[in-house]
Amino acid sequence: MNSNRKNKWKDQVFKFWGIFCTIIGLVLLVVFIGDILVDGVRRIDWDFLTSLPSRKAEKSGIYTALMGSIWILFFTTIIAFPLGVAAGIYLEEYGKKNKFAGLLEINISNLAGVPSIIYGLLGLEVFVRIMNLGASVLAGSLTLSLLILPIVIVATREAIKAVPSTIKDASYALGASKWQTIWHQILPASGGGILTGVILALSRAVGETAPLIVVGALAYVPFAPESPMDEFSVLPIQIFNWISRPQHGFIENAAAAIIILLLITFIMNGIAVYFRNKWQKKWK
Amino acid sequence: MEITMEKPSIKKAVHDSVIDPSLKKIPKIKVEGVRVWYDDFEAIKGIDMTIKPNTVTAFIGPSGCGKSTFLRLFNRMNDYIDTFRMEGKILINGKNINKKKVDVEELRKEIGMVFQKPNPFPKSIYDNVAYGLKIQGIKDKKFIDERVEKALRQADLWEEVNSNLKKSALALSGGQQQRLCIARTLAVEPSIILMDEPTSALDPISTAKIEDLIFNLKEKYTIIIVTHNMQQASRISDYTAFFYMGELIEYSKTKKLFTNPDKQQTENYITGRFG
Repeated sequence: MNSNRKNKWKDQVFKFWGIFCTIIGLVLLVVFIGDILVDGVRRIDWDFLTSLPSRKAEKSGIYTALMGSIWILFFTTIIAFPLGVAAGIYLEEYGKKNKFAGLLEINISNLAGVPSIIYGLLGLEVFVRIMNLGASVLAGSLTLSLLILPIVIVATREAIKAVPSTIKDASYALGASKWQTIWHQILPASGGGILTGVILALSRAVGETAPLIVVGALAYVPFAPESPMDEFSVLPIQIFNWISRPQHGFIENAAAAIIILLLITFIMNGIAVYFRNKWQKKWK
Repeated sequence: MEITMEKPSIKKAVHDSVIDPSLKKIPKIKVEGVRVWYDDFEAIKGIDMTIKPNTVTAFIGPSGCGKSTFLRLFNRMNDYIDTFRMEGKILINGKNINKKKVDVEELRKEIGMVFQKPNPFPKSIYDNVAYGLKIQGIKDKKFIDERVEKALRQADLWEEVNSNLKKSALALSGGQQQRLCIARTLAVEPSIILMDEPTSALDPISTAKIEDLIFNLKEKYTIIIVTHNMQQASRISDYTAFFYMGELIEYSKTKKLFTNPDKQQTENYITGRFG
């Protein structure tokens, strides 16, 4: 009887500890977002989105940084998506499951954990210097693509693994080739998972600062990029730059830009959730 | 569509043993000294057998005896298992199917397979049946329509689904799904159909329908069926092969194997003393 009461007591204690831990995370997030909203929300208007950066805080806008982020996002997507998905398909469907494959798998997981600034250094050396791309949108996108490639590969593999093998068997047994099975059965069935993974990876890329600073993204660009070879800035760098200014006006600007950046990531995550649910429904 | 509970199988089983002598001359499938390993585990320990055309041959034996592995040799579905290794020859219509130059995709158009659990594609009924044709690059809509209807009729499913072929195959019942899988296989017009415990996931009524179907398909196809159900083997097959521990213990006419087996092991198994 006594031990029973002790167990129940332990149970209660752990429950409240769990609630407490959960609340800490949530409260911090709410305080942070609230603080940002109070500081920045008044600053957001059409002019803020469409103005160039300026020495005067109240005249400054995020136009160039926002466009820079969009350009970077676009090129990162068209580079990382096909590379990552193709690599994922290869490793899961074509590659033999031997020791080498195991080694490859461990290394891809490790790459996902490499600090992003290391990717920045790699990008600086390979893309900016050796390939002579300069501090361009393309160099930045290539660097970020490398950064999210492991995430895309892992997500693709997981999504493909979740496709029931009975479906593959049925397709092969009807005389389908490997590629036909992948194209007609595996990709449609795993598309939701792959897309979710890609979008989540991209929403990480859009918030990256360090590797782009190393590659040479500028804190102040008076124009939006017009080609992949142009110099650029991105939202996180703009925010970083504004926060380091002493004038209060720039702090407001930074808060407003953070709101925009958060909105972009929330929207992207929302799209990912939407795709996941839509695909799941189709399958049940 | 009325479900006929009356089982014609037993009646038909009487003239089972009468096989057209003209069909006896060419063995459809000839197996010579086949051995299979998964890594170091020897799953098939040297099997020779011939399977005659337009017959139903049942593979029976306890779980893990190698009968499914053996079945999957005929359409080379074991190729996808990395640890798989085999020795010996399998000749189908006189051709060695394990030769390097054999086109596996072509082979599988000739040899269809129905699996243990109904596994329709998450597509419409129509697309499921048309899949095998579409991957062959056939685009002629009228031709595909005709084949789809023919296959669904052969699989005794047409009456139940013809009003709505665009419906998702996943909305069908388990028995209907399995008949759809059979229709999907028939649409490619193979000459041999491999069935790996096709009724083990189905209720008795659906099972009866599939058994009738198998019986009727025998006219045009050579069928090999793996089953755990010995009544099923005796009802629908002409020949039965009993496997144990990777060896073919006994292989003879179904009637003989079930009434007067040569080997003690066979008798023990079919009378339920083990397995």
